[in-house]
Amino acid sequence: MAAIPLPGAEHENYLNKEYGIRSWLLTTDHKRIALLYLLSITFFFFIGGFFALLIRLELLTPAGDLVQADTYNKLFTMHGQVMVFFFLIPAVPAVLGNFLIPIMIGAKDLAFPRINLLSWYIFIIGGCFMLYTILTGGADTGWTFYTPLSTSFLDTHVVAAAVAIFIAGFSSILTGLNFIVTVHRMRAPGMTWSRLPLFVWANYATSIIQVLGTPVLAITLALVALERLFHFGIFDPQKGGDPLLFQHLFWFYSHPAVYIMILPGMGVVSEIVACFSRKRVFGYKFMALAVIAIAVFGFLVWAHHMFVAGISLYAALVFSLLSYLVAVPSAIKVFNWTATMYKGSISYTTPMLYAFGFIGLFTMGGLTGLFLAALGLDVHVTDTYFVIAHFHYIMVGGMVMAYIGGLHFWWPKISGRMYPESWGRLAALTIFIGFNLTFFPQFILGYLGMPRRYWQYSPEYQVLNVLSTAGSTILAVGYVLPMVYFLWSMRYGKVADENPWGAAGLEWMTASPPPTFNFDETPEVTWEAYNYGEAKEVPVER
Amino acid sequence: MFANLPLWPDRASNMAGNVDALFIFLLILCGLMCVAIFIMILVFAAKYRRRKGVEAEQIEGSTALELTWSGVPLLIFMGIFAWGAIIYFQERTPPQDSAEIYTVAKQWMWKFQHMEGQREINELHVPVGRDVKMIMTSQDVIHSFYVPAFRIKQDVLPGRYTVAWFRATKAGTYHLFCAEYCGTSHSGMIGSVVVMEPALYEQWLSGGPAAPLPQAGKQLFMSLGCSTCHRLDTQGRGPNLANLYNHPVLLEDGRTIIADDNYIGESILNPAAKLVSGFKPIMPTFQGIISEEQLNALVAYIKSLSQPTEGEAGSRNTPAASPSGQPQTMQVQ
Repeated sequence: MAAIPLPGAEHENYLNKEYGIRSWLLTTDHKRIALLYLLSITFFFFIGGFFALLIRLELLTPAGDLVQADTYNKLFTMHGQVMVFFFLIPAVPAVLGNFLIPIMIGAKDLAFPRINLLSWYIFIIGGCFMLYTILTGGADTGWTFYTPLSTSFLDTHVVAAAVAIFIAGFSSILTGLNFIVTVHRMRAPGMTWSRLPLFVWANYATSIIQVLGTPVLAITLALVALERLFHFGIFDPQKGGDPLLFQHLFWFYSHPAVYIMILPGMGVVSEIVACFSRKRVFGYKFMALAVIAIAVFGFLVWAHHMFVAGISLYAALVFSLLSYLVAVPSAIKVFNWTATMYKGSISYTTPMLYAFGFIGLFTMGGLTGLFLAALGLDVHVTDTYFVIAHFHYIMVGGMVMAYIGGLHFWWPKISGRMYPESWGRLAALTIFIGFNLTFFPQFILGYLGMPRRYWQYSPEYQVLNVLSTAGSTILAVGYVLPMVYFLWSMRYGKVADENPWGAAGLEWMTASPPPTFNFDETPEVTWEAYNYGEAKEVPVER
Repeated sequence: MFANLPLWPDRASNMAGNVDALFIFLLILCGLMCVAIFIMILVFAAKYRRRKGVEAEQIEGSTALELTWSGVPLLIFMGIFAWGAIIYFQERTPPQDSAEIYTVAKQWMWKFQHMEGQREINELHVPVGRDVKMIMTSQDVIHSFYVPAFRIKQDVLPGRYTVAWFRATKAGTYHLFCAEYCGTSHSGMIGSVVVMEPALYEQWLSGGPAAPLPQAGKQLFMSLGCSTCHRLDTQGRGPNLANLYNHPVLLEDGRTIIADDNYIGESILNPAAKLVSGFKPIMPTFQGIISEEQLNALVAYIKSLSQPTEGEAGSRNTPAASPSGQPQTMQVQ
């Protein structure tokens, strides 16, 4: 990337200030670290996506015929672990958050630039363990590591996978810590909390979860490894242990982790919707409160993953009730995005298409969550494809849409170049169609009763599985397209000016790409966030 | 090809209708919600598309609106919660006089032990119209007993009993799936539930030569030497087990618990865990000595030593170990 010359970008910026591999690997510039993360997680995204395609190909026929049963189990395990821990969790915070938060609050960098670089190295070390796990034959625990299967009954690289995720977790903790301190201490004069862009609020809420939740995951995975190596019996009923204890510990992190994977996406969508409606986000204060509420309540609902696991009736009642409470702030967000468009001036650029897609798919994902939180109904649909469809609507339909939409929105800022707009729209449409074709049939499969993680299945489920596999190939094309034209645009794209969208926000008030320290002089903020009402040139529809 | 495309699962238990009703209600409610939001987005996107000379109108927000669209969903959510909770309560509360079937799950098969003595693998025969209570444990990892046509699912854990119940309403053969990932042949850990008309079921029952489960348990109780300490005529070195099941037990640490399946099973495998007040911890553990199926037989025997609480001696569902060794149901023949 450093080797690519940037004709036309004459001003000194973070990309052309220094060249050479050393200047990247030893950088403490948050923008360069964001790009290091971008490359790393894109790599893992395509690995995880490749596994997903193999899963879908296997499920084309009811019989297990493409790969062995053990191989299939490894595929869905590695798909889940790679996608959750090495793509979704770092996606928006470590790439877009890293790049944008300091600029959005008018700071020169994050509070701890070297810790920021350290977090990337830790991520890479964890990633190497993950690759080692994959290359030496993988693990087949499922991404959830349920005991006692993971501790006593499998002969695969479970410890290596646990170590990989354990290590990567520290990178997540450090990023969260850095964001929290940065938002508290580094805001430019006049950038009060009530003037922060919602993207910053969303990442701040995410950071709280990362810092408070991830250590519990680390402890849990350490216990799994110890249990495997030394057979302490913590989760082993034969030694007085309890396998459900593992599930409580695991979901205590992994349910809030769902919010790590969606809150930053909500932040991205708030920015995009405001910009392309040319309006202040409707109900700013409620939007900010909602993300904090989700982060807090998100810690209190973990056992809704365990309604049929053998927890007590009354525990189940409490966790179901709390799960409905956490649905309220999510509903608030959807209503406010929609209301933001009211009487706006809406343009259908690529990022806005992704935002439309996000709102639609997140709504469906969220509403099907109501089905799963209903105790009596969850008994039937949990551990079936209904759950698979539900969380892919949130994580892929929601988070991945938001992430790719955000990449398009800030691409001019990141690269100094415009991406080709018509290709962008085509890819957005392809992804939307491919996604729905892949995952909508899975809701029906789930209610029919097809369990998840099945290598072979009963023939009556085939038609819906074929539809899903067909969708996944369309989705794959949709994901490859942006990668191709983003790379193309770095050399051939139209040179972007400081603010090609006419957007509000400090990141649009500095050069594209920004100079190393973001601003030539520290800005002083005298306006509210999303001040689209104040005179600003509306760009001509392209 | 599309004739082979079912869109709704079979409905074959008392629970299925209740679950489907909530599901259909949620489909309609959430479907309307989705359509409303999509239409609003589409209408706004079309009506307020960017036009020369038309600027966006800045609106700060509206507390009244925010409270409305927080409060109304909250109320609706509480309604859904209550509905779901009521169904769950039914699903988790087996009727008192259910027929009991002991289940052992292992990688990768289902083993069933009927009280009447029949044993089955991966196939479960039950009659239409009878409440059936599955008392389940696992020999290795966590499995999950799932019959989509009954809309019931319950994880099966090693080292403890979990319970599921159903009343089949329609004769037929239905899928039985393991729904909790359990290793290599998880997707092969499947079977079928055969629901039969009562008369045919009685016929099926009589086909088996086996002794009733409590009877098998009694033989074990003798051969393992349990009876030397747990005497039925008098108080031995261990507690008298007559009338133990479903009755309160005072423990050494002062707690009082109800002696259910889990307590009896645990006390056999790990006798020191919940010591009865006034007794010494002298009983050896039977962990690893008896199999899960033998444990089930022992538990069934100990339960048979208790009078049915409602005074329903000889009820069709509690075949006591009668002297003849024949369960009541078989005497009909």
